[in-house]
Amino acid sequence: MKKELRVDPTLCSGHGLCAELLPELITLDEWGYPIVARGPVPRSLDRHVRRAVTDCPALALKLLPAS
Amino acid sequence: MTYGTTVPYPAPHPGPQDSHPAGTAPARTGSEAAGDLPRLLPVHGAVPVDLRSHLSRYGAPPYFGAPGKLIPVLKAAGLTGRGGAAFPVHRKLEAVAEARTRPIVIGNGAEGEPASDKDKSLLWISPHLILDGLQLAAEAVGSQAVALYVHRNARLQERLRAAIAERAAAGVDVAAVEIFDAPPRFLAGEESALASRISGDPAMPRFKPPRVFERGVVGRPTLVHNVETLAHIALIARYGPAWFRAVGTPGEPGSMLCTLHQADGRRDVVETGLGTPLRDLLRLDGTQAVLSGGYHGAWVPTADAARMTLSNADLRAAGAFVGAGVLVALPARCCGIAETARVARYLALESAGQCGPCFNGLPRIAAALDEVASPRPDPRAVTDIIRWAGLVEGRGACHHPDGTTRFVRSALHVFRDEIRNHSAGRCVDPARQPFLPLPADAALDASDWS
Repeated sequence: MKKELRVDPTLCSGHGLCAELLPELITLDEWGYPIVARGPVPRSLDRHVRRAVTDCPALALKLLPAS
Repeated sequence: MTYGTTVPYPAPHPGPQDSHPAGTAPARTGSEAAGDLPRLLPVHGAVPVDLRSHLSRYGAPPYFGAPGKLIPVLKAAGLTGRGGAAFPVHRKLEAVAEARTRPIVIGNGAEGEPASDKDKSLLWISPHLILDGLQLAAEAVGSQAVALYVHRNARLQERLRAAIAERAAAGVDVAAVEIFDAPPRFLAGEESALASRISGDPAMPRFKPPRVFERGVVGRPTLVHNVETLAHIALIARYGPAWFRAVGTPGEPGSMLCTLHQADGRRDVVETGLGTPLRDLLRLDGTQAVLSGGYHGAWVPTADAARMTLSNADLRAAGAFVGAGVLVALPARCCGIAETARVARYLALESAGQCGPCFNGLPRIAAALDEVASPRPDPRAVTDIIRWAGLVEGRGACHHPDGTTRFVRSALHVFRDEIRNHSAGRCVDPARQPFLPLPADAALDASDWS
């Protein structure tokens, strides 16, 4: 099943680690909160995506079924 | 009376004038003529309807005897949620009825929108229709756990408790109804905030998924319907889809309650058919714009509003929508930018403060709009607002940022001539008499979320 990255904004406190680990899909806004590319994550980035999800200090980054 | 008729109603002032003896509703027994309005409100006067007069007008709630049977009836009627989102009612019921665990059913009367009175009016005047709808919805999804979620208004809650007790004594209800307090916040009625509150947490929105109909109150599938929606359910169950569709348009059937704010300051709750021309609801002479959909809605110039009907088919073309039926006619003498800025500041303070983009963006947007409302504003303020609006949209756990930017963006567009005025150091209303209603006790502290 295709997966999509989502941030639970109620958990995210803007550590910014995700943007460092996955700059291909995540940038930070001017307040330090992640802006995540919409749509299914490309296969080629699978390993980096999983790393970013598990390393988020707030556990706010989620890999969910693509909408 | 036919299609499009409006019945003016005074806004609720739970005070001495409401303590008239009840029972003056006309004795029509269970057969409402299809095109007649009002359907939800009493035909004469704002006198609260007691159980006896309720039953003599509408008859007993027609239980179907098994779960699921009401759902196709509601689908055929085409009823959509009257809390603002206009989501098809039968689809929520289907989703909850299919759940494996026993669902919870909540009537949502937490009308957080400061410009809306219709739910408070309906709860006060026609509580038994709402309670009928709650029971019928509970039966339809096989639930025994039923509650009403309403504001902490002692008089209203006392009256609702009395109505519930009256029904229990008469054997009208199948499930016992609990009452839960909604805190006085704009977002208290957001479905996931409601679910949090009734689960014992602060009334703050949650991230989805899971949706409330999947996992809501204490993790159980939860059906949440606005109280007006429940009242329509109570009538559709009695009189059927064709009766419901005798008012409204084929695409947006039925009647709805609206809170009207006239340019002269009058504020009324009316029941009208979808598809009613806006000019039949609001006196548009001497106005410059109409706000539709409340403070998450959008401004529409009067010249456009005069050609539109109360329907999403018309209003969506102008970036607005029907929402929960708040319609405001803004007098030509008011500054639309200053009015929007005042409300934007309130909306920024009503952010739950949970989501970074909303918490950071809304106060900045509000402050920049204040700048645009001031004489000879910094020309960068408008571009800042547009940039920040883009940064907050779609990035909250709820739609508060999206609704706020919709409202603000529409003001920048509709009142663009007034912005030019401000750049030249002029304003249509230098005295800045406030027009749009805000709660007197806005800007509360964190404890008020529960």
